[in-house]
Amino acid sequence: MPGPSYFGATRSETDIVAIIDPGHAAKQLIFERIFRSATFIAAILVLLILGGVAVSLLRGAWPALSHFGFGFVTREIWNPVTDQFGALAPIYGTVVTSLIAMLIAVPTGFGIALFLTELCPPLLKRPIGVAVELLAAVPSIIFGIWGLFVLAPVLQRHVQPWLIRNLGDIPAVGHLFKGPPYGIGILTAGVVLAIMVLPFIAATMRDVFDTVPPMLKESGYGLGATTWEVIWNVVVPHSRVGIVGGVMLGLGRALGETMAVTFVIGNAHRISSSLLAPGTTISSAIANEFTEAVGDLYTSSLIALGLLLFLITFTVIALAQAMLRRLERRTGAVA
Amino acid sequence: MFRKIKNGAFLALSLIATLTGLACLAAILWTLISHGVAGLSGRIFTQMTPPPGGQGGLLNAIYGSGVMTLLGILIGSPVGVLAGTYLAEYGKNSRLSVAIRFINDVLLSAPSIVIGLFVYEIIVVRMGHFSAVAGALALAILAIPVTLRTTEDMLNLVPVGMKDSSAALGAYPWRTILSVLYPAARSGIVTGLLLAIARISGETAPLLFTSLNNQFWSTNLNAPMANLPVVIFQFALSPYKDWQDLAWAGALIITVTILILSISARVLLALLQTERGAGR
Repeated sequence: MPGPSYFGATRSETDIVAIIDPGHAAKQLIFERIFRSATFIAAILVLLILGGVAVSLLRGAWPALSHFGFGFVTREIWNPVTDQFGALAPIYGTVVTSLIAMLIAVPTGFGIALFLTELCPPLLKRPIGVAVELLAAVPSIIFGIWGLFVLAPVLQRHVQPWLIRNLGDIPAVGHLFKGPPYGIGILTAGVVLAIMVLPFIAATMRDVFDTVPPMLKESGYGLGATTWEVIWNVVVPHSRVGIVGGVMLGLGRALGETMAVTFVIGNAHRISSSLLAPGTTISSAIANEFTEAVGDLYTSSLIALGLLLFLITFTVIALAQAMLRRLERRTGAVA
Repeated sequence: MFRKIKNGAFLALSLIATLTGLACLAAILWTLISHGVAGLSGRIFTQMTPPPGGQGGLLNAIYGSGVMTLLGILIGSPVGVLAGTYLAEYGKNSRLSVAIRFINDVLLSAPSIVIGLFVYEIIVVRMGHFSAVAGALALAILAIPVTLRTTEDMLNLVPVGMKDSSAALGAYPWRTILSVLYPAARSGIVTGLLLAIARISGETAPLLFTSLNNQFWSTNLNAPMANLPVVIFQFALSPYKDWQDLAWAGALIITVTILILSISARVLLALLQTERGAGR
């Protein structure tokens, strides 16, 4: 709603001050200009940062991109000794770990949001909500060290042998669960990522569910619907855009997450058909190799990976924000 | 009957999902405490990071983390607060503000490793070496979106009547903002600062190629500086037991600090809300 500008409306009062005391008013006007410019410059700085990130990454990545051309994103080879670099393995790792994370985190996050908005006793609503949000505040390196020392051994000893035994022999699907249980690898990274993005997805979905007008839900209950039917047929359709937005926000996090993955991915530059095998992701390749990279082409290739990551996550996050904004405008509530 | 069973099944699943989430938090905290407390001792706060096999503490890393986080907040938060002020007060509905708001929300969840690469390109490459300043700058860039967002939200919560009365007294906008709006939104803005500190003090990825690490005590801002997250990263992945113990102790310190910061931010916000509620 474009109302009249608040400060525009005060022109008359400040004009009166100008008539009573011109010197004071002149001084005030100077301060006003300075302050206003300062806030404006700060605001523009935000745009400059994003632009600067794009330009500097492009410049840093240029030697690799011009040397390898489009082949950079389609080749699997990654050999610092012969200076041959391709991004396919990290891209594959990033996409697959994020997909695994989403497969686990989206239903779980949906369940948590559902529990918090529809089932939870009011007394527990706040503490549980805060606990979930605190999980979001735990830094990613903690998830990494926990994943490496606690989760990976558990998966290696109990979950992965079970997967290999029971799913490994099924045609087609079986390829995903072949090979020895290393503990660390694509699957473990996906599980750690799932735990990391879970709070973001749960919190966004909860906020989105809260924007559903109670009257719509009451009408559902009034028709004799069960809680689940109200959720599935009233709440979910009404907040569809927000749910997708929240999921994509989580996806953006998962794609760009570095430390949690670096600990448990195994850092192997190859594409393996098995989810249990070690792999690499864009961010963990950069984190692991950047400071040790010798040679301009090696460094440049890693920066090119960063540029790819930037482009992918920027697109996903921008889409997510656009969707959440659409919901915000429609409901007029802060989602 | 089928509908009832289906209903019960899904509700049970949602309960299980919630318990799983809480169990994860509990498991992580439990691991941190059980491993971390064993490594905690007076040495942690009085000695430097040791070479492999030696005894030592985390003093230089704790100091470095403190310095860089503080610098990051000192550089980043004024920018965030001022930009938030612009969005909330001066350029409320302009097209530029809509764009900046959007970009800011994107930056809010942008991968921090990319910000690290950016600072590497513009600072480390130019200066020719890693430095604490570069690390602080990377952290500052990460702090801006958090403070900007909270400042704007909090300024929007200040009742319009307060702005109007200040303007009616003939105050220019800058005066109104500094003397009326900032004090009114103070606890909200402080909440934003706490959240920003919590966010950047655990960041590892952007520090890897900006501040790097330093095994020794260093107060030189123009040289590589030790910091907790990178030390944890390096020590946890090492094969040495002493280093791993130190990594766990560091992880415990960092997590406890961040949880305390996040909880105080929440408490502050809750107090603010009850205050508002009572005031009306």
